[in-house]
Amino acid sequence: MVELRLPKNSRIKVGKEWPNPASSDNIRKFRVYRWDPDTADNPRLDTYHVDMDDCGPMVLDAIIKIKNEIDPTLTFRRSCREGICGSCAMNIDGENTLACIKGVEEIKGDVKIYPLPHMEVVKDLVPDLTHFYAQHAAVMPWLSTQTSDPGTEWKQSPEDRKKLDGLYECVMCACCSTSCPSYWWNGDRYLGPAALLHAYRWIIDSRDEGTGKRLDELEDPFRLYRCHTIMNCSKTCPKGLNPAKAIAEVKKLMVERTI
Amino acid sequence: MGFQTNFSKVEGLGSSKEGTHHWWMQRLSAVALVPLSLLFVYTFMQTLGTGYQGFVDTYSNLGNAIVAILFLIVAFFHLRLGLQVVIEDYVHSKTWKVLFLIANTLFCWGLMGVGVISIARIAFGFVG
Repeated sequence: MVELRLPKNSRIKVGKEWPNPASSDNIRKFRVYRWDPDTADNPRLDTYHVDMDDCGPMVLDAIIKIKNEIDPTLTFRRSCREGICGSCAMNIDGENTLACIKGVEEIKGDVKIYPLPHMEVVKDLVPDLTHFYAQHAAVMPWLSTQTSDPGTEWKQSPEDRKKLDGLYECVMCACCSTSCPSYWWNGDRYLGPAALLHAYRWIIDSRDEGTGKRLDELEDPFRLYRCHTIMNCSKTCPKGLNPAKAIAEVKKLMVERTI
Repeated sequence: MGFQTNFSKVEGLGSSKEGTHHWWMQRLSAVALVPLSLLFVYTFMQTLGTGYQGFVDTYSNLGNAIVAILFLIVAFFHLRLGLQVVIEDYVHSKTWKVLFLIANTLFCWGLMGVGVISIARIAFGFVG
């Protein structure tokens, strides 16, 4: 059955309050989830003070500053710092988003930062995404064709290309899937909004010849139909995409081929 | 579990190639329930405060009985589909899941049968 409380060794304790370094009047408090796999300690919430007069505007700027100047042991993923790589996905102020495109000014009060919900934690803000990536691979996110290669490119009309807008932009940050209660409870079998959005991206690609097989692979009470249109995915997507709609379109195609 | 690859875990037992019928039937029964539940509530209101005889009189009327019987069939059909989804969502023990799914089916079909036969009995005049 569903566990309503975290297991004993996962409950979050009050952590260290790092000293307030500057005498600026633009100090913001960051309360950050910390967990070190090398110790037997429970996770804890450390508090850092950041002088925003001497820091970039985004949450990522602040945690990079914390790592550089206050606490080098703070661990997180980041790369492009402009919302295109999807590495710095984390739960900020109660919402899954990319730290690099979330402004500190958008947040009232202390800035609370946790790893993506309901995933196993590797360390601090780094979740284990191996299962998530395997689910992406399972929807065969590549062009599938029988016809022999055209020699040049596979042609596509501008109208058909337009159907991929709002789908191809997904950066696989995992914000949507890890915001979905159905994915929390059944993530082992439910593919989740990110993988299903990618599945739909190939299903409606006019160049693809594997549509039927793709639908076959998805047709399953758990793989697809765990989606109960909760819509957290679309609400949280930092790229403004709509995975819930993509899933609804897949369900419509499923019905269409039976009636 | 130990050395199973991530891809093998995702693949699991493969796609069951079903679920669409369940999903579609749930939508169809939901749509059917919109007029049926309104009609059922409307006819049931006529029995309020009329006692035993009033109830029997109401459901001796063929139209009222048809509405009630259709409502009971569709409502319990829809309930069974819906509860099945809730069980699949929240019950993760294999044994309990199967037991709950069986109980759900027996419960919904059982109540449907009791309701339909009771109304039919009145409608066909076995109860006066």
